[in-house]
Amino acid sequence: MSDTHAQTVSFVRETMIEASPPPEKQAGAVKWLRENLFSGPVNTALTLLAILAIWFLINHFWNWVAHSVWNANSLNECRQIIRDTWGEGSTGACWAVIRERWNQYTFGFYPMDLYWRPTMSFGLLFVALAPVLFSESRKIRRIVLAVAAVVTLASMIQLNAPTPWLIFAAIVLIGGLIISERNNSWLLVFSLLYPFLGVWWLWGGSLWGPIMVIVGPVLGYIAWKLLGRISPILASVGMIGVTLFWWLALAGRAARDAENILSLAITPVNSDRFGGFLLSTTIGIAAIAISLPLGIVLALARRSDMFLVKSLAVMFIEFIRGVPLITLLFVASLLLNYFLPPGTNFDIILRVIIMVTIFAAAYMAEVIRGGLAALPKGQYEAADALGLDYWKAQRLIILPQALKISIPGIVSTFIGMFKDTTLVTFVGLYDPLKSMSDAVRASTAWKGIYWEPYIFVGAIFFIICFGMSRYSMYLERRLQRDHR
Amino acid sequence: MAYVSAPAEPPFRLSMLIYDRRYRSLTFQVIVFILVMAVAWWLVDNTITNLSAMGKDFNFGFLFQRAGYDIPQTLIPYTANDTHFRAAVIGLLNTLLVSILGCIAATVLGVAVGVARLSNNWLFARLMTVYVEIFRNMPLLLWILIIYAIFTEVLPPPNAYRGDDPAASMILFDSVALTNRYTSIPTLAMTNDPGSLDLGARVTINWATISFIVAILGGLYVRRLIGNWAQSIQNATGSRPTTWWMSLAVMTIPSIILIFFFGLHLVPPELKGFNFTGGINVQNSLVALWLALTLYTGAFIAEIVRAGILAVSKGQSEAAFALGMRPKRTMNLVILPQALRVIVPPLISQYLNLMKNSSLAIAVGYMDLRGTLGGTTLNQTGRELESMVLMMATYLVLSLIISAGMNIFNSRVKLKER
Repeated sequence: MSDTHAQTVSFVRETMIEASPPPEKQAGAVKWLRENLFSGPVNTALTLLAILAIWFLINHFWNWVAHSVWNANSLNECRQIIRDTWGEGSTGACWAVIRERWNQYTFGFYPMDLYWRPTMSFGLLFVALAPVLFSESRKIRRIVLAVAAVVTLASMIQLNAPTPWLIFAAIVLIGGLIISERNNSWLLVFSLLYPFLGVWWLWGGSLWGPIMVIVGPVLGYIAWKLLGRISPILASVGMIGVTLFWWLALAGRAARDAENILSLAITPVNSDRFGGFLLSTTIGIAAIAISLPLGIVLALARRSDMFLVKSLAVMFIEFIRGVPLITLLFVASLLLNYFLPPGTNFDIILRVIIMVTIFAAAYMAEVIRGGLAALPKGQYEAADALGLDYWKAQRLIILPQALKISIPGIVSTFIGMFKDTTLVTFVGLYDPLKSMSDAVRASTAWKGIYWEPYIFVGAIFFIICFGMSRYSMYLERRLQRDHR
Repeated sequence: MAYVSAPAEPPFRLSMLIYDRRYRSLTFQVIVFILVMAVAWWLVDNTITNLSAMGKDFNFGFLFQRAGYDIPQTLIPYTANDTHFRAAVIGLLNTLLVSILGCIAATVLGVAVGVARLSNNWLFARLMTVYVEIFRNMPLLLWILIIYAIFTEVLPPPNAYRGDDPAASMILFDSVALTNRYTSIPTLAMTNDPGSLDLGARVTINWATISFIVAILGGLYVRRLIGNWAQSIQNATGSRPTTWWMSLAVMTIPSIILIFFFGLHLVPPELKGFNFTGGINVQNSLVALWLALTLYTGAFIAEIVRAGILAVSKGQSEAAFALGMRPKRTMNLVILPQALRVIVPPLISQYLNLMKNSSLAIAVGYMDLRGTLGGTTLNQTGRELESMVLMMATYLVLSLIISAGMNIFNSRVKLKER
């Protein structure tokens, strides 16, 4: 080709010229800065404002953070160290309070030699949660379980857990890891048992109590099977009757007798010893676990064709959503003994869990109702066309899709509820934020320390809540079935 | 044609109550009704037994006894000699005060931050993201406690403002004094006070306030008339007359005239002895609660606003520009109506949340409805049941009123479907 041109033109370039670099203003950092920070007068002003704000924050707090003290026995000692190191008049953070009181912030007034029990319960919680939360990805499950196993066992050794329990925890954790590699759904058995085991580990006492509670539905199931041969109506009535009768009349005595024959008791711990993040997570996790199914039932009831069921659900949901949580907590602490038979006195933590649960369930019901309403009508009609009955249609077609749509709302309800567990301080429980910080300040050594406890507790809440919101985003991506 | 006659109805059997769809829902509802009634009867019966065992009865007579406690911040006159009922009303007004102030400030902040998060400015948008994430993911109680602690622990006492070389100085052109007990702000005063209208029960309202309200409402009405007039001209001729200066005039001139007529002016607080006088000394509990509610709810509103703006597709504004609309009318007629459709329903629930969260006033000792009726009154009279019932009913009614009002607004902005 170039031969022909060589005859007609004097010079032909054989190769392409190297692309010249873009002008300096149109490349690299300068371009980015011009486009993103200084693209116009308003933008420039905003950038300067932002820089000013950041500078103000750093200017105010940098020294305070930089002068942190981690080793001291009292606030005065802290301040003395800061004065000695950084000169008269300098201020600094005294994180020594966290170092000294971390156990109260974590466990409240739980007996110190039993700290391993909540730790173990929390570690094994991940084995129970892994098949539910991370059912989609084996890799993530493996990482979560491995980290949980290492951290739990290490902290149990650190906290002087008895050897048999250490071996037990190791078996469950490592066994959980192996089972989850083979067949994830087998772990669900542990997830179902965990609530009973968790209660036993946290509050102590006899294992026979939780066992006898489980026996109730088992007996009910047997009654259902046996009576089912005679008459189906009798079977349903019999199942409910037998279960309730067992729980109300026999379970307590059976547990006592069994305990006398074979003791399965560990040191009991009273509810008033609970506090700090142990209390928050106990209330939070229990309420999360119960409020989701309750919310689904309420949402279905509110969309039901049955007038009575629907109006009861509407009244319940609107009443709960119309009053502040704090008033419900006061009802739990002040009024519940009016509503129950004379002499009944049941656990304050349980009362609070019930109140927080029904509060969250009402909000959850509205979120799920939104998801149900957003589902195209064709899905309901398709389920009917397939001849599925109500519950099958809900379970196989409607709910999986409706719940997927409502994931962001569900998780933000969880986050809101977990943050609201701090309100239990107003009914005399030791939440980590207010009561625990007040208790720390009540000692002479830490009188007048405000910012460090608040920042510490706030940071932990931030990590948990932010983690939950990231998890919901991950779940949304995972469950996305449409191709966009 | 042969008609197939309908098969004879099978005789009613008991099992049809469960297996026949026609009867099943009825059976189920009857069972639910019986169960609910049984539980309700059980609870009421327990309550009656318990009350009689404690020698109490259920009546609201205590509301008209002497309250005997002071409330530091009241909107209408109150003394310790007033009744518990008046104390409860004071509490309700305080709840409403902090809720309304909080809703206004949170909306302003939330809209600003929501728009800022969408700005092209990388740094500013990131800063706003940090604000939103930090405030959304930490408990409201934490913010209330921290802000209250800043007020009580960091700010100077009133007497720090004393002397020739004071340790503290007032901010905003010497008009606001922040102290560790209260925030002193300027008060409004009039040289020609027109007197007050007595509404009974020692509640008065100044004629000047009434005339300002009338002036503003009248201004709004005239502005609407001007808008209609401009619209009719546009419909007739196709060109819209410039009306912004007329709207501005009818909105501002009557108020300015009134200001001069009444001689309205600000009186800044002044330090006399140990305290500031002349201005209004707002309790720090109110300021801290208001700030915390604003910052917390503002973060949520920012997310709602951002989602609402993102929900309007870009094609809408491009289409409006292609039709030759000016940016302001594009915003008013095309973007806002569509964004509001998405924004208003969650915004309503944020307002409701703010109102309910104001009951956290308990953490800073602000005397709201829970502080008076559900706090001091409850403890003094020992009437837990009555006080709690009344308080919950009040909150419930407030919630229902707010959501009803906002639903009316929502039905006006939402998509008109046929």
